[in-house]
Amino acid sequence: MKVVQRYALRLERKKYLVRAWRKGRSLLPVADRTDAIRPDDILCFATLRNERPRLKYFLGYYRDRGVSHFLFVDNDSNDGSREYLAEQPDCSVWITPESYKRSRFGIDWMNRLLRLHGTGHWCLTVDPDEFLVYPFSDTRPLPALCDWLDASSVKSFGAMVLDMYPKGPITAQPCADGQNPFDIACWFDAGNYMIERNWTYGNLWIQGGPRARKFFAETPERAPALNKIPLVRWQKGFAYSSSTHMLLPRGLNLVFDEWGGEKTSGVLLHAKFLSTFPEKAAEEMERGQHYAASAEYKAYYDGLSQNPDLWTRWSERYINWRQLEILGLMSKGNWA
Amino acid sequence: MSTLGFAMICHTALPRAAQVARHWAERDCPIVIHVDRSVPRGAFNEFRNSLSDLDNVRFCKRRRCEWGTWSLVEASQTASEMLLAEFPSVRHVYLASGSCLPLRPVEELRSYLAARPMTDFIESVTISEVDWTVGGLNEERFEFSFPFSWKRQRFLFDRYVEFQRRFGRRREVPEGITPHLGSQWWCLTRQTLSAILEDPRRRELDRYFKYVWIPDESYYQTLVRNYGRKIESRSLTLSKFDFQGKPHVFYDDHLHLLRRSDCFVARKVWPRADRLYRTFLSAEHSGDRMAEPAPGKIDRVFSKALERRTRGRPGLYMHSRYPNPGWENGVTAGPYSVFHGFNDLFQDFEAWLSRRLGTTVHANLFAPRRARFAGGADTYAGGLSASAKLRDYNPEAFLTNLIWNTRGERQVFMFGPQDNQRPGAFMANDHNAQISVITGAWAVRLFASNRNFSHIRTEAARLQRTEAEFVETLRDRSRRADIRIWTLADFLEEPMENLQGILDAMEGAPVQRLTEAPRMAKLEGFPQFLQSLRNQGMNPFLVGDFPQEGYGEDPRPSDTHRPYLVR
Repeated sequence: MKVVQRYALRLERKKYLVRAWRKGRSLLPVADRTDAIRPDDILCFATLRNERPRLKYFLGYYRDRGVSHFLFVDNDSNDGSREYLAEQPDCSVWITPESYKRSRFGIDWMNRLLRLHGTGHWCLTVDPDEFLVYPFSDTRPLPALCDWLDASSVKSFGAMVLDMYPKGPITAQPCADGQNPFDIACWFDAGNYMIERNWTYGNLWIQGGPRARKFFAETPERAPALNKIPLVRWQKGFAYSSSTHMLLPRGLNLVFDEWGGEKTSGVLLHAKFLSTFPEKAAEEMERGQHYAASAEYKAYYDGLSQNPDLWTRWSERYINWRQLEILGLMSKGNWA
Repeated sequence: MSTLGFAMICHTALPRAAQVARHWAERDCPIVIHVDRSVPRGAFNEFRNSLSDLDNVRFCKRRRCEWGTWSLVEASQTASEMLLAEFPSVRHVYLASGSCLPLRPVEELRSYLAARPMTDFIESVTISEVDWTVGGLNEERFEFSFPFSWKRQRFLFDRYVEFQRRFGRRREVPEGITPHLGSQWWCLTRQTLSAILEDPRRRELDRYFKYVWIPDESYYQTLVRNYGRKIESRSLTLSKFDFQGKPHVFYDDHLHLLRRSDCFVARKVWPRADRLYRTFLSAEHSGDRMAEPAPGKIDRVFSKALERRTRGRPGLYMHSRYPNPGWENGVTAGPYSVFHGFNDLFQDFEAWLSRRLGTTVHANLFAPRRARFAGGADTYAGGLSASAKLRDYNPEAFLTNLIWNTRGERQVFMFGPQDNQRPGAFMANDHNAQISVITGAWAVRLFASNRNFSHIRTEAARLQRTEAEFVETLRDRSRRADIRIWTLADFLEEPMENLQGILDAMEGAPVQRLTEAPRMAKLEGFPQFLQSLRNQGMNPFLVGDFPQEGYGEDPRPSDTHRPYLVR
């Protein structure tokens, strides 16, 4: 890579850091319990809007796996999400009057909080509908993974977004408050993912799954990216550049092996396609606050007007991480 | 009588180290602990106080220790000297770390050692037999000097090694010793250990080993060869190393694995593996089980991890495995067969082949309108969509996904010049691909089509051009696929033999000979059709030398007496 290019990336990173600072100034704490964070804690960062029914399960899921503190930015919820989170003893919550879109879909806020509170910690940055599955996640908590990554001198951990969907029309089975969304949306596509390498940022660009199959079959280039790097040992100069798809400095994006081997990786189970989705899609399309003027949501809206069934006879039913490992959707690498 | 003593070196997870030390001390094993000086005073005092009620636990002088340096040897020297001096009844000294965990009751270890009173358990192998060093430094670790820290001063470390390589700088190995290497966790007899520590040449030897790389893996391992009376070259401590040369960590879910190993002590254990600590520190069996430690029993798990990390699964492309070109260990996951032109020449060829092979056979997967999966399905294994746009967005990924998703079941599909040609080069370079081509077969389809002749001529020219390019790709010398190419005319000379040959080359295909022939398209008037093309200025050269009189009717498995294959 040329010096000029490297320098351009450095400038880009600085730009994100400045943006984060600028946009981050508008964050107002609703509940700030960050004093309670201890040096070895694993932290979880998320932006949310109207996710009240999902939160109980979300918090429980990550608490069980050893996350010690949650830092949320509430983007204008009006369903009680904010109040619910502010009551939790291990959550800190900020609100902001700023636009979601103009803070690069919340990532400026995340970068700001990561820098302020995440530096020196293992930080998990996810959406409230993403659930991290990693090798041995049924028997080993996240601190085991993070300790091992530390010992292996690994600073970032990759995970692919795996869209989960129910069998039958999406709206058929409502998901109750606190219920495991994957009781209902327990199906996934096992092997229709397309990968390309992004040489500028050094990351992989992955598209596919049921979203590409159902909503973007005619415009595959617009199918959403599924590659994410949600778990990072955060340091001061780091910045997420586009959602959690990639980071700078670019070395952090090398979460894959180039020489034939497999690095240890996980999967983010994505509980998007639940009964509340069509309503949400309509609202998000209206608000136009998402990527590319919510083009993605337009596609969903058009597709969803027929209340589609994402299920096919080739869909796999989710069992556990070992199944995902065998299917090649994640890897143990050399963690034994 | 406390015949077994422990020297313990620790630097982190002190509460766990204390728990293990207590376990041993309470079972009448004196123990001397070396705590790294970089541990803060407060934490150290707390650690010491937590063991202050035990009178057979001692703490020796603290030093700052660093991985791969002499300081670790010094720590073990100090600890063992103290142990030997203060506990005269100790017969065997066991070197352990703070993250070690006893897997079997101390009684068993004690009686095991009592039955072998003069044996030193220390892995000690000559350099030439070692295959596990990481970093390519084997002989060199004894011949160069290593004053710089590998962890903190990597740049200087590397430059200095380079310098020594270039200028051929060599240190003399002291007289009378032959360098050996091995695991740094040992169990030595008082006689051997004291001989090493009280060696009149110790200062000289220490000075030498001070600048050897990772001396804790070679100091005792080398010197024991001079004094040991009976050396068992293996460690009693179970310790597995990964490809980076760092020890594998044991977690709660390794419980059964560790039990099965029958080793006395394991290293290293994750400090928060509560279940392991609870189980192994409380279990008290009678001390008469004399099973031999068998670390090999659990090797498979760890060697598999090594292979997964270094070689990966062939044909898999995912977010943590995306090999550079040439590093795939096989670009696809399994063998597959491509039939080019066959379904132009034969009617219902897919159905016939499917019956013949007993597997699913796809039509043209790369057809222009949609991927024509077997049975005309809209989706196929793994959720692959039949959408042509989606497929053509990344046709190679489409193919590798298909092969990966159907591991264990050979994929067979049709291909032709009207299809998307992009995967052609990919398949030609794949040793899993079996590609059979009848060139010019498209002419048969055009011959049967009901279109204006000028159309046909243009189309023929287009298909011929595409096919010629494909054939050229296949003829490239670097291709790795199993390739068979016939012109239409050549193929028709002996159609059944040719088909049989293809099927025979498929691994795992049934070996009976062909009895039912595929139905061939009607070829009456075909030579005249070719002639018309020629007359119009389009030379269908890929068809080959098609005889004017044509070939006979449908090829029967001609004379039934003649066997098609000899195996």
